[in-house]
Amino acid sequence: MPDATGLELIAHELRERIPGSVEDTRYQRESAALIVSPERVLDVLGWLAAEPAQRYHFLASLHAADYLPAEPRFAVHYELLNMQRVERLLVKAPLSDPGEPELPEIDSCVELFPTADLQEREAYDMFGIHFRGHPDLRRVLMPDDYGGYPQRRDFPLGGEPVLFTHNEHEVPRWFE
Amino acid sequence: MSTEAFEQVTGVTAERTAHNGDADGLEHELFTINFGPHHPATHGVLRLIVTLEGEVVRELTPVIGYVHTGIEKSCEDKSYWKVIPLIERMDYLAYYFNALAFCMCVERLLDEDVPPRAQYLRVIHCELNRIHSHLVWLGTSALDLGAISIFWYCFRERDKILDLFEASSGQRMHTRYIQVGGVMEDIPARWDHKVLGFVNDMEQRVGQYEALLDRNEIFLQRTKGIGVVGRDRLLALGVTGPLLRAAGFPWDLRKVAPYSSYEQFDFKIPVGTEGDCYDRYRVRVAEMRQSCRIIRQAVEGLPDGPFITTNRKIALPPRHELATSMEALIHHFKLVTEGFRVPPGEAYLPIESPRGELGCFVVADGSAKPARVHMRDPSFVNLQALREMAVGGYIADLITNLAMLDPILGGIDR
Amino acid sequence: MDIKREPGDLAIRQLRARDLLRGELEGADLEQFVEQRVLTTTLEKALNWARSNALWPATFGLACCAIEMMSMVTARYDTARFGAEVFRASPRQADMLILSGRVSIKMAPVIRRIYDQMLEPKWVIAMGACASSAGVFNNYALVAGADKFLPVDVHVPGCPPRPEALMHGILKLQRKVQGSPDAGWRERYRSTGTEEWPHPNAPQESQEPPSA
Repeated sequence: MPDATGLELIAHELRERIPGSVEDTRYQRESAALIVSPERVLDVLGWLAAEPAQRYHFLASLHAADYLPAEPRFAVHYELLNMQRVERLLVKAPLSDPGEPELPEIDSCVELFPTADLQEREAYDMFGIHFRGHPDLRRVLMPDDYGGYPQRRDFPLGGEPVLFTHNEHEVPRWFE
Repeated sequence: MSTEAFEQVTGVTAERTAHNGDADGLEHELFTINFGPHHPATHGVLRLIVTLEGEVVRELTPVIGYVHTGIEKSCEDKSYWKVIPLIERMDYLAYYFNALAFCMCVERLLDEDVPPRAQYLRVIHCELNRIHSHLVWLGTSALDLGAISIFWYCFRERDKILDLFEASSGQRMHTRYIQVGGVMEDIPARWDHKVLGFVNDMEQRVGQYEALLDRNEIFLQRTKGIGVVGRDRLLALGVTGPLLRAAGFPWDLRKVAPYSSYEQFDFKIPVGTEGDCYDRYRVRVAEMRQSCRIIRQAVEGLPDGPFITTNRKIALPPRHELATSMEALIHHFKLVTEGFRVPPGEAYLPIESPRGELGCFVVADGSAKPARVHMRDPSFVNLQALREMAVGGYIADLITNLAMLDPILGGIDR
Repeated sequence: MDIKREPGDLAIRQLRARDLLRGELEGADLEQFVEQRVLTTTLEKALNWARSNALWPATFGLACCAIEMMSMVTARYDTARFGAEVFRASPRQADMLILSGRVSIKMAPVIRRIYDQMLEPKWVIAMGACASSAGVFNNYALVAGADKFLPVDVHVPGCPPRPEALMHGILKLQRKVQGSPDAGWRERYRSTGTEEWPHPNAPQESQEPPSA
C-alpha cells in the first residue's frame, strides 16, 4: 500500500491535475483510500491507471456499500492494484440518494476496466446505482422483473417468519 | 482437434478471434440455443445463451443468479461469529478460504494478532482445501471431457481429505473451523501423522493422474490450443488465479503479499506458457503438488502455543475456566449472546483461493453485526473471460473452456 | 416369499426334482415343492420392487449438497449397489429428482418445469436443509423449502448431509415405493396443473380441493 505520505502525494497531484476531484484522504490500518467526487471519478481512475509513476492498472474489485443513515448514503468502491509494486489503493466515490424513483448515478468505467462489466451490473442490481455509459445495465443476480434493490439497508431481509408457539396461530400455513 | 487440422481435413475455416462477425459476406443462419441452468456440464446452475453458426460459437451470454442466496444481506443481520457459517457457503468448494478471508478481514478491523500455531493450522487446512478443490475440479472436468475414471480416483482422494477435516473439526464440509482470532479448536492426537501419511500418498496419486492425462492423445487434442486469451486481456478482465498463471504471469498472493505465515514456507508457483486449456490443467495439477509441499513443511514445523487468540473479548474462554473465573463467565455470556463489537471502519482483504483472488470487504459500524460484507469472488470476475475464450471456437471447446475456467456458481451468485 | 432350505438334503431334492419331471408329484407334495422354489407376488408389488431398486436420479446439483451427492456416487459410498447409479441428464429418462442445494426464486420455475417434464412415476428427495426448509438462510432470495412448489417424498436433513445420510434417504424412498408409491397425497397437495399432459387422477376443475 502507499503509505500515508505517499497517499498525500497522490492526493496533492490529483488536486492539481483534476481540480475538484479528491475530497478527502483516509489512511487507516495500512490501507490508503481516496475519497473522490463521483463526477470526476473516471478522470481519477484514468490518471491512476495511465500515469507512469502510479500505474494502478488492475481493478481488483468494484463494489458498493450503503451507509444509511449517514449521508451521503451510497459509496462505490474501486479497489485498485499496482502489480509491479504490489500496492493497493482504494478510490471511494460517495453518492447521495436522490430519492424515489430516481437512481443515484455515476459514470461507468467499463471502457477503462472491462472487468467492471459484471460488477457494475451487480451494484445496480443490489443497490440501484445507475452507471452511465454501461453497455448493458440490467439485473444480474435477481430475476429480471424483480422490484426493489435488495442490499439497500432499508430493504427488508425477507424470508419466512419462524414459527414458535406464540405466533403459530397468526402465521398462515401453506395449505391455508 | 486443432483448428489447422480441422481446416485441412474439411476445408472449412473457423476463426478463433474474439468479437467475430460475419467476416466473409455469406448468408449465415445463426442458431441460438439455451445451455440451460439444468445441464450436466455447466458445473452448477450456469445458463449460457449461445449463438451458433454451425458448430462455431459466435456469441455467448452467461445468465447467472440461479443460486443467488442473498448471503451478503443475511450477514448484516447476524453477529460476526454467526456470519462465518454463512460466508463459508459461498464458494462451496473452498470453504476454508471464504472463512479465512472474512476472519482475517475482521482481525484487521480489530487489530488482532493470530498466534503462530493458529496460523500454521489455518495454512494446513487451507492447503488441504486447495487440494480438495482441485481434485473435485479435475474429477468433474475430466468427466465432462470423457475421461470418466479420473472422477472416481479424484473423489477417492477427496474422501481422504474429508476424513481429515472430519477428524479435526467434526464436519466434512463447511466446517466452521477458522474463527476470528484463530481456529476453533486444536487438532486431535496424531492428526499430523495422518496428514503426513495422506500427503505422501497424494504425491504419488498426482503422479497417477498425470500419467493418465498429461500425454493422453484425446485429452491433448481437446485442450491444446483451446481458449487462448492473452495475458493483457486477462488482466484487463480482472482474471486472477490459475487462469492468469497459465497465461504466463506468476501472480500468486501467497508469494507477492504473504499472509498468515505463508512467507515461512518454501514453495513454487507453477506458471504456464501459452495460456490454453492444457496449461490451465497442468498449472492446477502442479499446484496440488506444491500444496503437498506446503502442508508437509507446515506439519513438520507446527509451533506450540494457543490455537486462538487469548483476548477474551473476541475468543471464547476455555470451558474449564467457566467454573472458576467470573470474568470468563461474563466474557462467555457476552460473546455468545451479543458477540464482540468491532470499532467502526472498513477493510478489504484479498487472499489466494483455488480460483483466484478472493477478497473480503467488511464495513463495521461499531456494533456487534457487520454493516456490509462483500466477497469479491474470483469465479464471478473470471466468468467474464469465458466469452473471450469460447467465441470463435467450437461448441465442444466451449465445454472444455467452461471446465478449465473452474467456475463455482455459489461464489458467482452468492 | 419364503424359500426354505434344507441344508444337506441335496440328494433328496434331486430325487424330488426327478419326480416332478416325471409327473409323479401330486397334491400337497406338489404344492410344497413349488412353494419352495417359486416366488409369487402380485404384479403391483413386483413392479414396485423393480421401480424401487432402479431409481434413476436426474442430475440436479444446485449447490454444496451436489458435491456430497457426487461423492455418494463414487466408490466409497457407492449407490450403484442400490440401483441409483445412472444419473440421467434428461429429465424424461429419470424417475427421481434429488434436489441438492438451495432453491432460489429465480431457479424455482426451472425446477418445476423439469419436474413436470419427468414421467410418472416420479419421486423427489429434498436433500439438505436448504431444500427442505430455508436451511441456514432465511431471506428474500430463497424459496423456503422445495415443498412449496413440488411434492417432496423424502427430506434429508443436514448441511450438507453426509453421503450415508442421503443413501439412507434413498433407501427410505425405496421402502416407500415398495409400500405404496402413490397414496393420493399429491392430489391433496394440489400440486397439479403445470404438467404438459394432465394427470389422469388430477382433480377436475369443478371439484373442491379437499381441505387439509
